[in-house]
Amino acid sequence: MNLITPDFGLLFWMVVIFGLVFFLLAKFGFPIITDMVDQRSAKIQQSLKDADEIEARMAKWKVEQAQMLEQTRREQSAILKEATETKAKIVADAKQQAKEEADKLLAEAKLQIAAEKESALRDVRKEIALLSVEVAQKVLRRELSDEGSQRAFLDKLVDEAGQADIRS
Amino acid sequence: MILIFLISLLLLQGDTLGLAGLGMTNEAAVIPSEASVSHEEELDIAEIIFEHIGDEYEWHITEWKGKAIAIPLPCIVIEDGVHIFTAHHAVDYGYTFNENGKLVNAQTGKRPIDLSITKNVLALMFSTLLLLVIVLWTARWYKKHDALQQAPTGLAAAMEPLIMMVHDMARENIGPDYRKFSPYLCMAFLWILFNNFLGILPFFPGGANLTGNIAITLVLALFTFFTVNLNGTKHYYKEIFAPDVPGFLKPIMPVIEVFSTIMKPVSLTIRLFANMLAGHIMILSMVCIIFIVAKYGPLLTGSMTLISVLFGVFLDALECLVAFIQAYVFTMLSSIYIGLARAHEE
Repeated sequence: MNLITPDFGLLFWMVVIFGLVFFLLAKFGFPIITDMVDQRSAKIQQSLKDADEIEARMAKWKVEQAQMLEQTRREQSAILKEATETKAKIVADAKQQAKEEADKLLAEAKLQIAAEKESALRDVRKEIALLSVEVAQKVLRRELSDEGSQRAFLDKLVDEAGQADIRS
Repeated sequence: MILIFLISLLLLQGDTLGLAGLGMTNEAAVIPSEASVSHEEELDIAEIIFEHIGDEYEWHITEWKGKAIAIPLPCIVIEDGVHIFTAHHAVDYGYTFNENGKLVNAQTGKRPIDLSITKNVLALMFSTLLLLVIVLWTARWYKKHDALQQAPTGLAAAMEPLIMMVHDMARENIGPDYRKFSPYLCMAFLWILFNNFLGILPFFPGGANLTGNIAITLVLALFTFFTVNLNGTKHYYKEIFAPDVPGFLKPIMPVIEVFSTIMKPVSLTIRLFANMLAGHIMILSMVCIIFIVAKYGPLLTGSMTLISVLFGVFLDALECLVAFIQAYVFTMLSSIYIGLARAHEE
């Protein structure tokens, strides 16, 4: 039948036209397109790989960052604690020192007061002694206006002196 | 493998559908000739269909007010020199047409060497030129643009998936040196795809039944055959002529292997040819139903027209699917054959 016998003219033209266009496209058509798309695919592959790598590195960084943050926080709290301790110590020291100073001052003041008191007492005593001597002079002058009484007084003095000697 | 299996299933289905279509044609041709003896005008459906799927020396486009509008095409005949004329003037040059509508020598009745630009040759030129322009235009985009920075636009965006589909198929089936064979597979795929779709298109410049013509599919299959066998490795030829089989099989195996090598292009030829031809015949039969029933009264005509149009739409959609699948199958099998020929010893 006509349908299943290949026609020579059509065979000839098909070989010529298909062959020619195949030659042209195999040289100027398909390789250009496929090469470019292959390059693009390779680039996309590479980019994806790079992105994965970067992501992994980022994750690592994040962990490191977290660790660093944690460490810093620990250090911070340690420093804070230390600072608090130092502060407490300084305050305690200062208190201690102040107390010592105050004690010293108090002691000095007491000493001074005691000395003042002593000297004041001494002055008072001296004054009193002088006064008493004066009073005694006056009394003696009036009492020893007569001979008899003078004698009696002398005796008494001597007695007293004698007693004082024995005592000391 | 699953994909191949599915496609072969589809193929089988396509073949059976095709056969059904052919059967329908015969019925369609027979019924009116029996039923319409009383009518003067006889519709020869077989002739209409074969005219549409066959070749012509002019491109008949349509009828307008009783006159045929056709593109006259040059007949080129080589017999004692080159003769060029149009089909109308064939008689002047001493040629006439035989029962198949082919040019023959008027005296001897023999076929000369006939290189006429027939309807199919013109369609072949047109579709191949279209393919050339489209692919070169696409390649031009890649030359002018930096494809590493820019996504393809326009024609390049449309063509890239098709070309890369075949390119990837070549990479999967052929192996490390697939780049050498990728252009042939791209060419075969796009060429078959273009012509399948142009064949479905019912008006000029489509409508020529190129991929349903056995000469065309034979040439395609021979291209694949030579690509396979001129690039066969030592291992490939050893498997054909001296395979590792028990002694008593040694003389039989080369015969079987050579036969299978030859059958591969034959099956490629017939698969594509038969599928496309069957599709065309089915659609034409569906359309012809309208003209067959036209004389049986308005009720039958109306209902049959509705059925015919519905089936026609269905078959057209099916043919679009088949057009793609057949192009894909041809390319896929070609790439597998090339891959087998490029096999190395493991």
